[in-house]
Amino acid sequence: MSIEQNHSKFVVKDLDVQYDDFRALKEVTIDIRANAITSIIGPSGCGKSTFLRAFNRMNDLIPNVSTHGSIQKDGMDICDHDIVELRKSVGMIFQRPNPFPKTIFDNIAYGPRAHGLKSMTDLEEIVERSLRQAALWDEVKDTLHKSALAISGGQQQRLCIARALAVEPDVLLMDEPASALDPIATLKIEELIQNLRKDITIIIVTHNMQQAARASDFTVFFNMDKDRAGYLVEFGETTKVFTTPEKKLTEDYISGRFG
Amino acid sequence: MTTEVESILSQAKNKRHLKRQKTIQTFGFILVWVCGVLAVAAVLWIIGYVLSQGLPVINLEFLTTRPAGGVSGEGGMSTTIVTTLYLVILTIVIATPLGLGAAIYLVEYAGDASRESRFIALLVKAARTGVEILAGVPSIIFGLFGFALFVSYMKLGFSLLSAALSGAALVLPTIIRTSEEALLTVPRSYREGSLSLGATKGYTIFNVVLPSALPGIVTGIVLSVGRIISETAIFWVTLGGSYHLPKSIMNSGRTMALHVFMLASETRAFDKAMGTASILIITIILLNLIINFISRRLTARVTGKK
Repeated sequence: MSIEQNHSKFVVKDLDVQYDDFRALKEVTIDIRANAITSIIGPSGCGKSTFLRAFNRMNDLIPNVSTHGSIQKDGMDICDHDIVELRKSVGMIFQRPNPFPKTIFDNIAYGPRAHGLKSMTDLEEIVERSLRQAALWDEVKDTLHKSALAISGGQQQRLCIARALAVEPDVLLMDEPASALDPIATLKIEELIQNLRKDITIIIVTHNMQQAARASDFTVFFNMDKDRAGYLVEFGETTKVFTTPEKKLTEDYISGRFG
Repeated sequence: MTTEVESILSQAKNKRHLKRQKTIQTFGFILVWVCGVLAVAAVLWIIGYVLSQGLPVINLEFLTTRPAGGVSGEGGMSTTIVTTLYLVILTIVIATPLGLGAAIYLVEYAGDASRESRFIALLVKAARTGVEILAGVPSIIFGLFGFALFVSYMKLGFSLLSAALSGAALVLPTIIRTSEEALLTVPRSYREGSLSLGATKGYTIFNVVLPSALPGIVTGIVLSVGRIISETAIFWVTLGGSYHLPKSIMNSGRTMALHVFMLASETRAFDKAMGTASILIITIILLNLIINFISRRLTARVTGKK
């Protein structure tokens, strides 16, 4: 398996995340492989989103959150990365599409502009490239200067992906990116994710077991203990996790016996 | 048998209950209507009365000649229109940056700062309470404050500057509170979206948060404009009352509202007071229409409908 030999993008060691005195995640240790799709599954409230938001330090924005343990990206602790550079290289797609109330063009150009790019020709090039990458170019090329809020939900989510791609990240974090979308829009997003994996490491939280099974290379299964703290149950290649899980709990969850 | 009787009885009881409910409902409905009609009628009556008394005096000459002064109240109202405009612009220029800045601090930064230091938390709390209290302070108190501080202590005299500084203090709570509300309604997802692209907090505030909050902020500013146009007492003790056109911000002047007050209290020209009052009312009505128009346009732009 070539994917097994991919180098580690992230090395997570003993990650603990705490909201005040509530422990949301405990002792998570895991390697995330580069240029692969890793999906995170588990019952609601088991800390999947919290785990995802640890990678680009979005948890820092929430008051009273404390993080212990370490996450290394490309061999360097994420706390030692400049926060701007970190978030630039680790893009994030949210559960609900969140385009800014600006034109489609200005949405895509937002990231590059925030990092100081002013040249209009460069921006135009980036906008077109990003929209093509997100398979949205043909649908919006004539309405680039219309509001991004006027397009459909599925298109908005692809727009958000294009917006993240515009700053050329090497990781994309996706928090149930299709949960607010209809089946066809979901399929388009999945197709898009498959096309992106060549160049980008993708970590995706999903509630949809089939989605995890058919679309990802690795699967991480989280559960929560009796204190509602999330912990890692099993991690491995998706085919293994889904066909011959090591843990009984994983098997029960995958076959729909709880969660 | 007994159960049948009981059920008939309870049905009758239900019916009576329903009928009573309906009567109460009709009564309440009438009451609400009467209140509404009375309120609107009172407003229309006041406006109608002022306009019917004032409109006959208004003509181009009245609008374009200066007041002549004296007890007869001769002349028009031209300088008061211009002075009002000057004062509005100067006050807003002073109050908006201060108010908006305070609101941005309170919404975007005060939370983090308060968590880091007890002292700052206390200051922020004091500032919030201060804003609440200031919003309810009568305008003449601001006038006295302005008179004591700007007019006499800082020796700015009765001047546009003294008046604008006092006026700014008066409208500051309005601008802070409306801007705060507007900033709070900006969804967190916009902020997260921007930060997740590596944009800094400042860039996020200026490029995503403020544009989205603009309709609310503009509404606050326009409300303040209305307040400055209509306040009288505060400017009586800070702007003076000179009917000449102010040549610099250090000159005294007279706003339209002040002109109405002076004509009515110190001259025989009650009709001209009514004429000026009519112009004042028309200005306020126009201002309200402008608020509606602007906020609808801006909201449409922000929400992407057209």
